[in-house]
Amino acid sequence: MADLLRVEHLRKSYTSGRPWGRKPPPALNDVSVSVARGRTLGLVGESGSGKSTLGRCILGLTRPDSGAVIFDGVEVQALSGRALADFRRRVQPVFQDPFGSLDPRWSAGRSVRESLDCFGIGAPADRERRVLDLFDRVGLNPALAGRLPTHLSGGQRQRVGIAAALASEPELIIADEPVSALDMSVQAQILNLLMDLQKDLGVASVFISHDLGVVEHVSDEIAVMYRGEIVETGDTETVMTSPRHDYTRTLLAAIPRPRSSAPRRPPCPQPT
Amino acid sequence: MTATANLPAKSLEVGTPRRSPRHFILLGGLILALLALVAIAAPLIAPHDPESVDVHRVLGAPDLQHPFGSDVLGRDVASRVIYGLRASLLVSVSAVLASLILAVPLGLLAGYFGRWVDSTISRTLDLILVFPAMLLAVTFIAILGPGSVIAALAIAVIYLPILARVMRTSTLIVARNDYVAGSRARGASHLRVLVTHVAPNAFGPAIVQASVLSAFALQLEAGLSFLGLGTQPPTPSLGGMLADGREVLIQAPWVEIFPGLVIVVAVLGFTFLGEGLRRIFDPRGVGE
Repeated sequence: MADLLRVEHLRKSYTSGRPWGRKPPPALNDVSVSVARGRTLGLVGESGSGKSTLGRCILGLTRPDSGAVIFDGVEVQALSGRALADFRRRVQPVFQDPFGSLDPRWSAGRSVRESLDCFGIGAPADRERRVLDLFDRVGLNPALAGRLPTHLSGGQRQRVGIAAALASEPELIIADEPVSALDMSVQAQILNLLMDLQKDLGVASVFISHDLGVVEHVSDEIAVMYRGEIVETGDTETVMTSPRHDYTRTLLAAIPRPRSSAPRRPPCPQPT
Repeated sequence: MTATANLPAKSLEVGTPRRSPRHFILLGGLILALLALVAIAAPLIAPHDPESVDVHRVLGAPDLQHPFGSDVLGRDVASRVIYGLRASLLVSVSAVLASLILAVPLGLLAGYFGRWVDSTISRTLDLILVFPAMLLAVTFIAILGPGSVIAALAIAVIYLPILARVMRTSTLIVARNDYVAGSRARGASHLRVLVTHVAPNAFGPAIVQASVLSAFALQLEAGLSFLGLGTQPPTPSLGGMLADGREVLIQAPWVEIFPGLVIVVAVLGFTFLGEGLRRIFDPRGVGE
């Protein structure tokens, strides 16, 4: 089956801003990944490993130094005008920071409506209804559409962000740490929402996270990044059970799990 | 002028930290609204023609007919202060507004696009910053000739790099937000992102700066008029009146004191307003 997204030999380095001193290591160093339709690729790595840069390159927001991002058989860097708009409609981001991802001056409804207006989806009169449908879809009370982001909880804001991403009916979602800023119980809700939506709508996604435990939960395949390079890729099952790279093992060891093999604590001595 | 007497005590009171910014805005706004009202309604309020000369009333002391006395040429000081305020406010406020109108787009472009756009705009504006404000204004006027319009133009040019820099910095901060990248991904053009997202969110600090700069502009205008480079006599201006009164300071202090007091009050008004706005927009502050 043809891949929906192919990333080939992507390189990107940021200049340090100073002509002297050490050059920073490249954010992306010969990175190649692919995502099939309707599948989820989990991208794991520590901060600064280049995962967000990869996400931005796929979205066409950052221009790579070399290499290619190929979406549905077309190279993204070469797009412009209508073709670029069409690509943007089909690939949507979900961001990490629920504060920074919504304009503080825009109501939740307006943020969700933005892509409908920009892409000219549906009749203008019809958009309001579509926005409310989207609120319903992500499990938000449509009455919240008039609220400003500051009057929403972190989980609600993230749902608004997801609704905004879904508005243009994308085929690929780039979710950059979508749950890292949320507390545990809300994380689970948002993850389940994302997985449900994916199942219902058949959207493919690139799920970026530093948390291997979260990625394991949502991904079909996993790519592990370290210092701008992909050090390991494979089925979730394979990577989780028999990691080949040392770095993956380190990440695996960092997942907190209840240790069933650990010796039980001796019972407290009862007062006699 | 009773407000003047109360100011020092009041400013100490509202100057305590953690006071709501509303007090500052209210106080500054009240002062400025009052002054603006006086300036706009000058023809209605002024008791006499500010330019009519009366040889019988040369340096006349304040009385009921002439509450602020009269000057060297027997002109009514109260009327001249009212008209002078009008001229000074007009020059300083329009200068800052003109500066703001140019600075906002320049700062937005520099901060948003970065790279060579930023370097070109920032380095060009830095050239203006090299010269001291007064020297630049005087040079301007030496080339273009004195007058209130030229003075306003000079002040606008002087404050342009300051306002543009403030706008650029706040644009840099706002443009880092995910909703800006998100808006691009949602199909918005650069122009649309700038107008709908970046500009409204980056505008606050520039407004604060503009309010504070209005106070400086007023002083700069007074300074230029004092030197005879701004508003030209016989049209009254606060700075020009200071120059007139300087020579008769001992015999007739009222010629000097009243325009001076009005300048102080107006500067305080702009400063309070700026301080109040700053506290609202200050990211560290709790705001309202």
